[in-house]
Amino acid sequence: MRKLTYVQAIREAHEQLLSSDPRVFVIGQGLWSPWYAGGSLQDLDKQFGRERVLDSPTSENAVTAAAVGAAIAGMRPIVFHPRMDFMVLAIDPIINQAANWCYLFGGQVHAPVVIRAVINRGGQQGAQHSQALQGLFMHIPGLKVVMPSTPYDAKGLLIGAVNDGNPVMYIDDRWLYAAEEDVPEEIYSVPLGEAVVRRTGSDITIVAASYMVSMAMQAAETLGRNGIDAEVVDLRSIKPWHKELVFDSVRKTGRLVVADGGWETCGVASEIAAAVACEMFADLTAPISRVTLPDAPAPVSAALEEAYYPTADSIITAVEGILAAKV
Amino acid sequence: MNSDGKDNFLNTDLLWQMYSVMHRIRISEERIADLVTAGEIKTPCHFYIGQEAVAAGVCLALQKNDYVWTAHRSHGHYLAKGGNLASMLAEIYGKRTGCSKGRGGSMHLLAAEVGILGTVPLLSATIPLAVGAGLASKLRHDGRVSVSFFGDGATAEGHFHESLNLAAIYKLPVIFVCENNLYQCHMHIQEYLSEGDIYKSGDAHGIPGIVVDGNDVIAVHKAALEAVRRARAGEGPTLLECKTFRWRGHVGPSTDIDVGIRRRDDVCEWLPKDPIPPVMKRLLDLGATEADFDRIAEETLAELDQAVEYSRRSPYPAKHELLEHVFYSGAQSRAEGMTFPVAN
Ligand SMILES: Cc1ncc(C[n+]2csc(CCOP(=O)(O)OP(=O)(O)O)c2C)c(N)n1
Ligand SMILES: [Mg+2]
Repeated sequence: MRKLTYVQAIREAHEQLLSSDPRVFVIGQGLWSPWYAGGSLQDLDKQFGRERVLDSPTSENAVTAAAVGAAIAGMRPIVFHPRMDFMVLAIDPIINQAANWCYLFGGQVHAPVVIRAVINRGGQQGAQHSQALQGLFMHIPGLKVVMPSTPYDAKGLLIGAVNDGNPVMYIDDRWLYAAEEDVPEEIYSVPLGEAVVRRTGSDITIVAASYMVSMAMQAAETLGRNGIDAEVVDLRSIKPWHKELVFDSVRKTGRLVVADGGWETCGVASEIAAAVACEMFADLTAPISRVTLPDAPAPVSAALEEAYYPTADSIITAVEGILAAKV
Repeated sequence: MNSDGKDNFLNTDLLWQMYSVMHRIRISEERIADLVTAGEIKTPCHFYIGQEAVAAGVCLALQKNDYVWTAHRSHGHYLAKGGNLASMLAEIYGKRTGCSKGRGGSMHLLAAEVGILGTVPLLSATIPLAVGAGLASKLRHDGRVSVSFFGDGATAEGHFHESLNLAAIYKLPVIFVCENNLYQCHMHIQEYLSEGDIYKSGDAHGIPGIVVDGNDVIAVHKAALEAVRRARAGEGPTLLECKTFRWRGHVGPSTDIDVGIRRRDDVCEWLPKDPIPPVMKRLLDLGATEADFDRIAEETLAELDQAVEYSRRSPYPAKHELLEHVFYSGAQSRAEGMTFPVAN
């Protein structure tokens, strides 16, 4: 098998979807640009024509809604938002329309649109070029949300999302673009809603998504050297999230840290912590801990940025806190 | 644009169709209004009475599989496009036999078999959805046209302007039909739009902006035919403003004469401009008799009686069905069932 980077895997998924399914088209900002999409959509317009690979005006709202309308009318569009922050202008078609459509009409029609939102942060870009809003979208019934952490999943989850039939928000993080691993050449799907254990362990469960999985793996290595055996669960889908797998892991370890790159309040980590606390309190041997962004906008100054983003060390600190906690 | 009787698309059959559609909408709406007044229907209903010429004129220019997108005031469009009356009524009653299985009510109607893939009341939201359906048609080369009906109020939303531009640059087979009925809820257009001639937005986005008397069904139809021709020929979208008036209040059966800066005057001015009698007169001139109209009225009233009975007798959805359909289950979509094969 050959190796692909995360960004190459995303591009390959698009290429294979466009080749194999005439209902698929891609629309959004920067699709004809050599650099805008970080290489993830490079030259697809040359390969498939600009009718199916549409660069768009800066009309996030109408462009997203048009993709939703096309999906309702039988297509399988992928709408691209180079930054999640910009996508906020398209909240109506996502929350009011796509997410509701199937329910509103009793399951007789649906909106199989994939909304690709890129987390593109760091580099002193500040509060409106840094946001990770997965928690906001996880809140919405009818919408699925996936966050691949590896090249294999980056490809398979995009294909799985297009084939799913529901509106799916596909969130990729540019901090992962250079990650590399073996990726099958054939077209394949990673099913939505299935988490995976990335590292088995018996002392504590670390549940993470997207970039925080790599932080969790680093933390687990370090902890392992200190005699703490951590299990790492990669959620892959945050809506629906794989409750059984997470619960099984926590039942085994009795301890839980949830690491997410979004904000703490009403976020991914909060939801998982709440579900575990509410539904399997008796299996816990220690309090749960959340590793998230602090509840503040992203700062610009490098010194503040360093304090802002959680790292492997933040997870280690959380784990140590739990192990030290008197119950 | 005026209807001068010389329009060569006109014939007696078409006039009868125009009459029948407008009449069907009118008496259906009146019946539903009575049922709201009687307290039997509880879901909010926005009545279309007075605007029938727009839905009839436009929809009679369309094919069965052309798309129609509309908003909160959608009973008229649903019926004009050929949606099933009993299914609509059952939906308004919140019954399981309703067109949206009791999830939608008056503001969320579905008639996928005639190109209505869902109506929603979020102001202006369906305008870009219509653009997307037009884009789907363009990519599939299926020859369909996508029509978006919306009110004057919706044009104050950004969705409207973004959509016009998007449809224009991609040259999509979309027709934007603005039903300018002078009011957005309680506000008169002079109170909230600095430019009340909405067709002028066409110029701003480089597409034809046409204005017609929205109470003249023949004028509406003629303009719609040209917009449909353009769309099917790949010449791109058209903005069609139809000046009209709703007789009832924003929501519910009252006339709301106490709202806006001049609602009472407007009502007095517009009631005599009822769009239906001129068509009747033309038909009478062509030899129709009162008995012909009576027969249509009887048939439609009988159908309405049946639809009301059907709705009353239909079951409500069961409580255990509450969480069904949050996610798509993999069943065949009724929309997909009507798509054409994709041309390569
Ligand atoms: C985004 C949004 N804002 C506000 C409303 C509340 N609302 C419903 S209909 C309406 C007025 C619509 O006026 P217009 O578009 O002229 O249509 P009409 O009711 O006259 O047919 C308003 C403000 C809404 N449904 N959606
Ligand atoms: Mg209005």
